[in-house]
Amino acid sequence: MNHPTAPSRRILSGDEAVALAAFEAQLTLGTGYPGTPSTEILESLHSLGGRAQWSPNEKVALEVGIGVAFGGGRALVTMKHVGLNVAADPLFTVAYTGVRGALVIVSADDPGMASSQNEQDNRRYAVAAGIPMLEPADSQEAYDFTLLAIEISERWSIPVLLRITTRVCHSKTIVETPAYPVPPAPAAGYLRDVPARVMIPAYARPAHHKLRTKLAQIAEWNEREGPLAVVSGSSTLGVITSGVSFQYVREALPQASVLKLGLTYPLPLERMKSFAAAHERTLVIEEGDPYLADAARAAGIAVEAGAEAFRFGELNVARVRRMEAGDLTPEPKPVPGKPPELCHGCPHRTVFTALRDLGCIVSGDIGCYSLGVLPPFLAMDTLVCMGASIGVGLGLRHTLPIDEARRVVSVIGDSTFVHSGITGLVEMVYNPPPTGHLLLILDNGTTAMTGLQEHPGTGRTLDHASTGKFVFENVIRAMGIPDVHVVDPTRDPAAFTELVKTSLDSGRLSVIIARRNCLLAAGAIKQYEKCPEGNTHEQ
Amino acid sequence: MSNSIRNIVIAGLGGQGVLKASDIVAEVAFAAGLDVKKSEIHGMSQRGGSVSSDVRFGSKVFSPMVPDGEADFLVVLDPTQIDVNRAALKPTGVLIEPSILAGHKLKSDKSINVALLGALSRHLDFPESAWITAITGHLAPRLHDMNVAAFQTGRNA
Ligand SMILES: Cc1ncc(C[n+]2csc(CCOP(=O)(O)OP(=O)(O)O)c2C)c(N)n1
Ligand code: SF4
Repeated sequence: MNHPTAPSRRILSGDEAVALAAFEAQLTLGTGYPGTPSTEILESLHSLGGRAQWSPNEKVALEVGIGVAFGGGRALVTMKHVGLNVAADPLFTVAYTGVRGALVIVSADDPGMASSQNEQDNRRYAVAAGIPMLEPADSQEAYDFTLLAIEISERWSIPVLLRITTRVCHSKTIVETPAYPVPPAPAAGYLRDVPARVMIPAYARPAHHKLRTKLAQIAEWNEREGPLAVVSGSSTLGVITSGVSFQYVREALPQASVLKLGLTYPLPLERMKSFAAAHERTLVIEEGDPYLADAARAAGIAVEAGAEAFRFGELNVARVRRMEAGDLTPEPKPVPGKPPELCHGCPHRTVFTALRDLGCIVSGDIGCYSLGVLPPFLAMDTLVCMGASIGVGLGLRHTLPIDEARRVVSVIGDSTFVHSGITGLVEMVYNPPPTGHLLLILDNGTTAMTGLQEHPGTGRTLDHASTGKFVFENVIRAMGIPDVHVVDPTRDPAAFTELVKTSLDSGRLSVIIARRNCLLAAGAIKQYEKCPEGNTHEQ
Repeated sequence: MSNSIRNIVIAGLGGQGVLKASDIVAEVAFAAGLDVKKSEIHGMSQRGGSVSSDVRFGSKVFSPMVPDGEADFLVVLDPTQIDVNRAALKPTGVLIEPSILAGHKLKSDKSINVALLGALSRHLDFPESAWITAITGHLAPRLHDMNVAAFQTGRNA
């Protein structure tokens, strides 16, 4: 089954196409942390029969992937764009160490913020860390470029960034396989190479030089035989583009010549230069930051970029027409739809009702419970990034006048607590504010926001089989927090409100674990508990 | 070129089966050997907010999203979502909404998505059997009878 022979045609999302390619390339392990729009990659890898596991967060996922690749295996590490911030520390140094088996890091960016707290453009990471980057434009390329990423990674012993965006991840388009020969997997086994793997300064200095040499070779390869495509058209208008923007360009400007880049770091600057020289006017059309345009201009290539207004949000066919025409008249505003809300019967509702009624200053976090910011609760005051609820809450406690400080509560979900709340709690024990502090962990037994994934606190693996469980209250008590309560907030909402109030008034450090399964997950959780060996087929 | 492309937008609220419906349409067009693209924004949709999904098919499709004002068909599963999505429809486009089913009884409101696909199917040149195959291929066996019946109700409404 691992050796596909007959070509086949199917309709797949970009996420499914990445998983299929990884599976066909006999991936050793897929790791990651859920995050829209990347989550379905590991889920479909698992349903194909591949080995996929959730890590507590993206940094750990990448580190596990690095170990796999050091050992000669093939690793795929998946995350949403902000996940790469968490994983940035190992990212920058694995660029120096290089790898033996392939290490493909998938960054699923979310221009337009369909489901994210920012719209950072992770193409900048490829440049900053110095790792090659591929940008597929549809599911076929998501499949092809995953295989190409594996090949580049092993050919130059370098990690590769596969940068996809929401419209590639979640659009379904036709994929023909195998469109690209699946390279054979290397044999796993440890080859000792201390100067290449141990990044003390004495070894890291030459490793940096080695990295730059590899990048220069890859740039040259990209010029000669990289995955770029030229659509010939008019000599008056040329467009340089990459990723899904290519699709909008082809539809909006059918007359234009197009240079579509596939490997967008290191860039094929010579190809870009000769393309621009052959057209009266060369326009760069890209979603997000002016990454290609800045690089072209820095290389002395005369290109026009879209106006600053198009840096915000996603592109589409209409916006590309406007970019080409320099049309800056106000764009039509979409009619606002119905915003999402906490499910009726969601346990988070009880908690936010209490926080609202008590007039708390709520240092919030990310998950379904972020909807506590909307009516009828209006009970969240800050939200920055995963895990920030605890540190930000402590900072507020250190700063606000006493009567305000006493009202500050940090609120975090169970998956988020495992992801990046634990070190915040260490800070709380180590530098307690004079007024004490209260942390509420909303343990609904799942990672609900991204579609009900397991995490270490559920004690079940990605395929819902039972495994070692990270028990919050045991760990938190062992950390030396004086007051630790585990309650079902929905059982007696008035008593829950009272508990929050007394904890706030106590001036001590308290943690309340509000434990009640997510309504949407509750039925499935019962099933998993009945059948602890997990689910190996259905995703 | 884009004249040969069919553009369909399906809209409703989270939990109504918008994405399932667009998967079925895409499958039918795919089985007919056409180029197909389907796009949607998932994420918070399970929390009951607005959801919409675009399906485009023809000899060659580029953008996975239907440009505003270019939808040939707008299928809306919840009446509150008509105004939210009307801008997608082209002036000569066809709106397919729940009131089309007035006077017909569905076994369950849950199959309104498939019933409205039945209504849509009358406007498209695919054989009925291709629709039935796609519907049964995308739903659990215990839901087949109810949904095939809903499809027929919509097709004959
Ligand atoms: C670094 C990073 N990774 C992933 C995400 C996506 N994400 C946001 S919150 C969250 C977890 C939500 O689970 P939980 O804390 O258990 O809350 P619930 O949704 O279950 O209420 C995820 C996966 C993100 N925003 N940032
Ligand atoms: S999915 Fe679960 S956690 Fe999210 S709002 Fe619904 S019940 Fe609450």
